[in-house]
Amino acid sequence: MTSVATGIARKKKISLSELLLRISMFLVIGVITYWLGFNLVIDPRAFLQVSINGINNGLLYALIALGYTLVYGIIELINFAHGDLFMLCSVFSFAILTELFGAKAPGAKNFALLLVVLLLTMIFGAIVNVTIERVAYRRLRNAPKLAPLITAVGMSFVLQWIGLKWVGSVPVNVNTVLPATKYQFAGLEVAFKTFVIFAVTIPILILFVFIVNKTRRGRAMRATAQDKDASRLMGINVNQTISFTFAIAGAAAGAAGIMWAQTIGTVSYNLGFQLGLIAFTSAVLGGVGNLYGAVLGGLIVGLIQAYNDGLTVGPGQRWSQTMVFTILILLMVYRPGGLLGQSSQEKV
Amino acid sequence: MARLDTPVMLKVSDITVGYGAITAVKGLSFEVREGEIVSLIGSNGAGKSTTLRTISGLMHPKTGSIEFRGEKIDGMPGHEIVAKGICHSPEGRRIFPRMSVDENLDLGAYLRKDSAAVKESRERVLELFPRLRERITQKAGTMSGGEQQMLAVGRALMGEPKLLIMDEPSMGLAPVLVDLIFETIETIRKSGVTILLVEQNALAALRIADYAYVLESGHLKLEGDGSKLAVDPAIAQAYLGG
Ligand SMILES: Nc1ncnc2c1ncn2[C@@H]1O[C@H](COP(=O)(O)OP(=O)(O)OP(=O)(O)O)[C@@H](O)[C@H]1O
Ligand SMILES: [Mg+2]
Repeated sequence: MTSVATGIARKKKISLSELLLRISMFLVIGVITYWLGFNLVIDPRAFLQVSINGINNGLLYALIALGYTLVYGIIELINFAHGDLFMLCSVFSFAILTELFGAKAPGAKNFALLLVVLLLTMIFGAIVNVTIERVAYRRLRNAPKLAPLITAVGMSFVLQWIGLKWVGSVPVNVNTVLPATKYQFAGLEVAFKTFVIFAVTIPILILFVFIVNKTRRGRAMRATAQDKDASRLMGINVNQTISFTFAIAGAAAGAAGIMWAQTIGTVSYNLGFQLGLIAFTSAVLGGVGNLYGAVLGGLIVGLIQAYNDGLTVGPGQRWSQTMVFTILILLMVYRPGGLLGQSSQEKV
Repeated sequence: MARLDTPVMLKVSDITVGYGAITAVKGLSFEVREGEIVSLIGSNGAGKSTTLRTISGLMHPKTGSIEFRGEKIDGMPGHEIVAKGICHSPEGRRIFPRMSVDENLDLGAYLRKDSAAVKESRERVLELFPRLRERITQKAGTMSGGEQQMLAVGRALMGEPKLLIMDEPSMGLAPVLVDLIFETIETIRKSGVTILLVEQNALAALRIADYAYVLESGHLKLEGDGSKLAVDPAIAQAYLGG
């Protein structure tokens, strides 16, 4: 009898704190909804305009976030060097497209070169990332978690140093091949660059998600992520599968790198730190290890920043990072696994 | 049952295997002949799973050698050993919990290219375990222990092994299911698959086996025909709770 009674009492206590948590969650959601709704009502056009900008950036974040999530998913490593890989790819694209090929202004030939260098940059990113795994992370696979983590931090500095030697210590302006043209649609202004971002990132995201979810190699990746020894017993070459994962992650960073250089118009050796942090945040927000989560997280972070910076009534640019991380922290409190991540109970 | 007079399929010679400073298997030798059921029994920690993991290439022996159909396989990585025709249903099932039953079975046939033949194996596995057919789209991690065990065995069979290694297939199952598993092992053998079996359920494992080896703290203690060992008083004393 007593055990039953205490059982009920304990249950009540938990549900009270749960109730408070739930109320505060609804309050937060309510405030955000009200803020967004208010802006939508007072100036719907500005709201849509800002949304488009947010999605534009969000797609780039999603590409980088994909790399964090893929690598975390397969070897449970937060690859701190990933943001710097993105930086190095942007520098590579600048060195090849702008400097070597001299493509510095819009034109049919330069667009063709852009596509070629997009492919080259993706290959570059893949090769660098596979090499990093091969020389640095692979031998630490059975070491305590902290060892590969600190190695990744070290690798981040190595890549930054390479970037520094390559383009110098001050940000370099890139003469982009994309025209600054803007198109009017029902009162909205959409930059040509935005179309390019959509046209490049969305197919790449779809392709990579398709590879992971629908192909034989993708199945091997998901199996390896869940149980490496069992995967070996299925005949899966685990090392090769992990290399392949790093290749995809690197290629995505490559695509993001060249798109960044061409749309934002600068490259800099320390770009990787900030972008890496934002993309990592996106991955965590969406549920690290989950592909759709990375895409969703990237888009949400892009939108949060855009709304924060650009809405008629809003905190303004100074608060951009604060806003992103506040929302991240709140979300972590309510959903520790991220939006689409597994709750710990589901994990076997 | 007595030892078959067929060619040796798997020959384990004097292997020593360890984890860091711990030596789990010391100078162990045994063999499995074509078409046999061979059981490996011994108390907890005797080194049975370590032996099986070494055969499958998840671990590598410090000394000694392993030959499969005359070819040296120790030192080969696990995925190459699967390609030679050794499939392993591991201790603790190790199914892929976040994948469907269907995908788990497909992974069992990961190395096979002939999709028509894979389809046939799939049909055979689903006939052997009708329960899996009912659950084909379910996430494997949400199935009951018994169902997961069926999946682990079914998944290993999807590789069309020449040698099927099973590590405690009856672990944690209700008596009815244990009987079913042992019946299934007989059925699998009749279909031409050679079987190396490790079992806690020593009596059943000895009865079903043509030949058996008894391990004790990493050493080979005894060997003999399964049916003889099953009635050996010394064995009964030590392993059968008699
Ligand atoms: N990963 C490991 N690290 C260190 N020691 C290990 C490891 N795995 C097993 N051992 C040790 O090796 C010895 C043999 O273990 P093994 O799993 O092969 O035994 P087993 O015969 O399969 O036992 P059981 O019947 O309990 O499954 C044990 O003493 C065990 O503690
Ligand atoms: Mg064992």
